Amino acid sequence: MNSTIDTHIPDEMGFYGEFGGAFIPELLHPNVEELKTVYSNLKNDSSFKSDFLKLLSDYVGRPTPLYRSEKLSIEFGCEVYLKREDLNHTGAHKINNALGQILLAKKMGKVEIIAETGAGQHGVATATACALMGLRCKVFMGEIDIERQAPNVARMQFLGAEVIPAVSGSRTLKDATNEAIRYWINNPNSYYLIGSVVGPHPYPQIVADFQSIISEEIKKQLFEATGNMNPTKVIACVGGGSNAAGAFYHFYDQPEVELIAVEAAGLGLGSGKSAATSILGKPGVLHGSKTILMQNEFGQVTEPYSISAGLDYPGIGPLHAHSITTGRTIGVSVTDNEALEAAKSLSKNEGIIPALESAHALAALSKITLNSTDVVVVNLSGRGDKDMATYINHFTV
Amino acid sequence: MNPFIKNHKQKSIFVTAGYPKLDSLAGQIKLLEKYNIDFIEIGIPFSDPLADGPTIQKTSEVAIKNGMNLPLLFEQLAKIKTETPLVLMGYLNPVLTYGIEKFVSSCKDCGIASVILPDLSFEIYARFYKSIFDQYQLPISFLITPQTETERIEKMVTQCKESFIYLVSDNSTTGTDSEMNLNECRLKSIYALMDNTPLMIGFGIKTKSDIEKVHQFADGAIIGSAYLRALEVGTENAFLEQL
Repeated sequence: MNSTIDTHIPDEMGFYGEFGGAFIPELLHPNVEELKTVYSNLKNDSSFKSDFLKLLSDYVGRPTPLYRSEKLSIEFGCEVYLKREDLNHTGAHKINNALGQILLAKKMGKVEIIAETGAGQHGVATATACALMGLRCKVFMGEIDIERQAPNVARMQFLGAEVIPAVSGSRTLKDATNEAIRYWINNPNSYYLIGSVVGPHPYPQIVADFQSIISEEIKKQLFEATGNMNPTKVIACVGGGSNAAGAFYHFYDQPEVELIAVEAAGLGLGSGKSAATSILGKPGVLHGSKTILMQNEFGQVTEPYSISAGLDYPGIGPLHAHSITTGRTIGVSVTDNEALEAAKSLSKNEGIIPALESAHALAALSKITLNSTDVVVVNLSGRGDKDMATYINHFTV
Repeated sequence: MNPFIKNHKQKSIFVTAGYPKLDSLAGQIKLLEKYNIDFIEIGIPFSDPLADGPTIQKTSEVAIKNGMNLPLLFEQLAKIKTETPLVLMGYLNPVLTYGIEKFVSSCKDCGIASVILPDLSFEIYARFYKSIFDQYQLPISFLITPQTETERIEKMVTQCKESFIYLVSDNSTTGTDSEMNLNECRLKSIYALMDNTPLMIGFGIKTKSDIEKVHQFADGAIIGSAYLRALEVGTENAFLEQL
């Protein structure tokens, strides 16, 4: 196996090395097979591609800027660029994938879309895409996340989506995903629009493909700015890992580019309150794929914790599980407090309020070794409006 | 010889190991034997049972809280003596954590007749795990739905000669309230594919008349959530009486 060249391309059955696949009940077999067939037919279809790219430019506002941060560059003694996914319509990278999949769903003749959401960014993106296309939308969201991400719940509802609380288990993203899958089993005519590079094959591949526009743009923009397409390092946060998959995608086969995946350490790796899957997890099967999973000694999935609802997931996309295991991607973890400080600092110094998820990627700048020849791209995956209550609460108490 | 029989007469009950009490299993098996249940499915509780409805979700949660886990389940099974065939059913993750080869070998040691792993597809089984099951001669049983393609059913039937094929109604997690929905024509064509492999039907079966209906098209009926609901309120004897 060649870890640098083939990392991001799964085999026929959806395996990235030992991870991935489609571990699904027979009830979902026809749905997943249909999606596989439709996607492999459309993937290279030029009119499908141009519809997608047109939406990205005219509706989302792409390309998003690659912004050189003078202050971060001075602070860290190297070139630091921010990929401004926070400037996308709806405020995060999630819209890239939501629009790509909504076009797929349209082609498949679907009328009802279901989705899971953690921080609510994917839920908002899906609700937006459904409003645009005139499709019915149901978003499953953990009861706890509904409380801590109230502005996004209101946005989804205002966009016409129904938000269904997941009240089982830890009442966060994991359980929202369980509920969405159960609904899908009972309503196989609905289209399940998964928001991250997780789930059964072909979802991880589909989501990574639609998000790969991020690294495609980085290459072009960095070339224009520096005359070199490759940075030395790309940093992105990972919950399931869709923004990281997009930011890393076109660099997987460029061995000189270091890929750094930042996970949420929560209150600390040894605290029992963490979501740093690649460090604390072991291989396992959840939500349709084999991946690295936080679980106890008997294989029961444990409840992750992070202040950031978007990183609060016990698994990680199989692509990342493979890429971290082979050493192509380096895993770093950042605590709640480190992320909060990074968010505050970017807000004060650059006038950009980042999402808590993206703040984890920013905080990683202080945790890695940098030297003066480094050119670093941090993927600023989303904006922090949804996190204002958390920020205010933390910094005024 | 296949312990699961092709006779259009079998009744099976599903119980969650460790429910309602951590050590309920032995007593449950005794009770089910008394009511002449033909084979018993024992559910391995999992934290994220994504093909299951609220009843099995709840029994799994209680069982895990009670302290049930795979090593303990095998300890309990080793002490249980029964003539009734036992089937272990569970999601793949606890099995992988226990170790797949160790799991298969423990099943053999405890006299388990077959296993059902609902999130393990036929294709992934064939690629990664079949050789281990073959080595220990532990027969797996596969789930199919009325939507499963004929070609795949035929492959599964060959694989399940010493066990059975488990047909579930389509479009449903376990324990839903909807009436059993049997498309007679499709059921007959599925039965015709079975060769010597028994066909059992599960999901949504609650009453004696449901069972009789199933027996027209298949060799056995499997009851899960309806029994667990009776167990929850202590009416399991009355429930088994009416079957």
